Amino acid sequence: MDFLAEHQPELLPGNRQLPPTQGVLEAPHGTTIVAVTFPGGVVLAGDRRATMGNVIAQRDIEKVFPADEYSAVGIAGTAGLAVEMVKLFQLELEHFEKVEGAQLSLEGKANRLSTMIRSNLGMAMQGLAVVPLFAGYDLDRERGRIFSYDVTGGRSEEHNFAATGSGSIFARGAMKKLFRDDLSEEQATTLVVQALYDAADDDSATGGPDVARRIYPIITVITEDGFRRLTEEEASEVSRAVLQKRLEEPDGPKAALL
Amino acid sequence: MSTPFYVSPQQAMADRAEYARKGIARGRSLVVLQYADGIVFVGENPSRALHKFSEIYDRIGFAAAGKYNEYENLRIGGVRYADLRGYTYDRDDVTARGLANVYAQTLGTIFSSAAEKPYEVELVVAEVGETPEGDQIYRLPHDGSIVDEHGSVAVGGNAEQISNFLDQRHRDGMSLAEALKLAVQALSRDTNGSEREIPAERLEVAVLDRTRPQKRKFKRIVGRQLDRLLAADGASTEAESSAEDGSEEQ
Repeated sequence: MDFLAEHQPELLPGNRQLPPTQGVLEAPHGTTIVAVTFPGGVVLAGDRRATMGNVIAQRDIEKVFPADEYSAVGIAGTAGLAVEMVKLFQLELEHFEKVEGAQLSLEGKANRLSTMIRSNLGMAMQGLAVVPLFAGYDLDRERGRIFSYDVTGGRSEEHNFAATGSGSIFARGAMKKLFRDDLSEEQATTLVVQALYDAADDDSATGGPDVARRIYPIITVITEDGFRRLTEEEASEVSRAVLQKRLEEPDGPKAALL
Repeated sequence: MSTPFYVSPQQAMADRAEYARKGIARGRSLVVLQYADGIVFVGENPSRALHKFSEIYDRIGFAAAGKYNEYENLRIGGVRYADLRGYTYDRDDVTARGLANVYAQTLGTIFSSAAEKPYEVELVVAEVGETPEGDQIYRLPHDGSIVDEHGSVAVGGNAEQISNFLDQRHRDGMSLAEALKLAVQALSRDTNGSEREIPAERLEVAVLDRTRPQKRKFKRIVGRQLDRLLAADGASTEAESSAEDGSEEQ
């Protein structure tokens, strides 16, 4: 934000002097985020585990945030830096909206996030990378869209589904087999939970639904009506349904062979 | 060589105040009223794009009468102040009192510094609380003083007459439709006591609605929703207006 850069530059993540470090710094990391579009919107969801090396740092961290009324960000990477980046991003979108009297376009928001990730490159080189997934409802084009990023801020639009974080390879495999064009909102939320379950199954840094502690993935839906986060009951319902089926088939639904 | 005239400070201040007051009086008035579920801003404004009311932060709204470029400047300053505060500390730490103080300082400095002309603006900063008792309304005249108002306030050209009218008729716990009607009635009275009709297209209406589920309570009321509120007679409309919330965004 220009005003911040001028008045209190020390508040901007990119403007800090980095201390020289030996090797990789240990800090809590975020992990698997998935997004799926469906006719009428997009679903963005994330697991709840933060790890620090081989230790689980936090079981119930929240990694999916509303960016504004029609978009959301899911974060993977260094939790502390990522949360700050999201805070600044939210502030910037809101500030623009209030000053200009109109919202930024979805492309504009995606580009802005890209610049913010790039400004974090110095940190990323020292192992403190932040790699978010951005999803939103495009009011002009009337559909849900997903944008993924790399550590240098490179932005690419993803079609149908996307994942980021250490468990993303497994989640992407699951989504590839389960995705179809005519998903309903309920089916899309089930799909993301399936994908997160598969990610947690094979990646130690991703947490699955924790029934004993009532910790379920954060599932958010963005449609024409705006951003909505599923309540704990709704999320637990979806997660329990998936778990129930997995008791019979631990590897999840089987896709047709040919 | 010419000797500059001596002007007494009293005279200089009086002149500046007179100048600012005249500037403000040229513009149309606007009113800010408390109602059961929040605070409503009503004003006559033929423009759809140049707003007199706007959102500053979650619970804080801003209204201004006078010169557009001057109050727009102050508005953006206020948004910056609030956003910076909220980012540095917490969203709860942004208060109308703090913002009103900043505005008072700014207006006061501009008013009494000899170089510039005083700003020809009069501001209202309002914050909606959890309950009607928690609502705060501050009026900031051109000279940088702050007036803590309750119930209703009017600023702009015909302010004195309108606020007298409102003081007599405004009561606590009015519904939104009632408050809106009273406001329009007050605004449509001319200086000479005659009444004129203000069509809905020329009204700018916004609310700070404490029942809104979002953090940001500010919302403009436009189009069909405004027509419905103006047509409705009292009680029944309140439920509707809050149910409408999501559908007709700004």
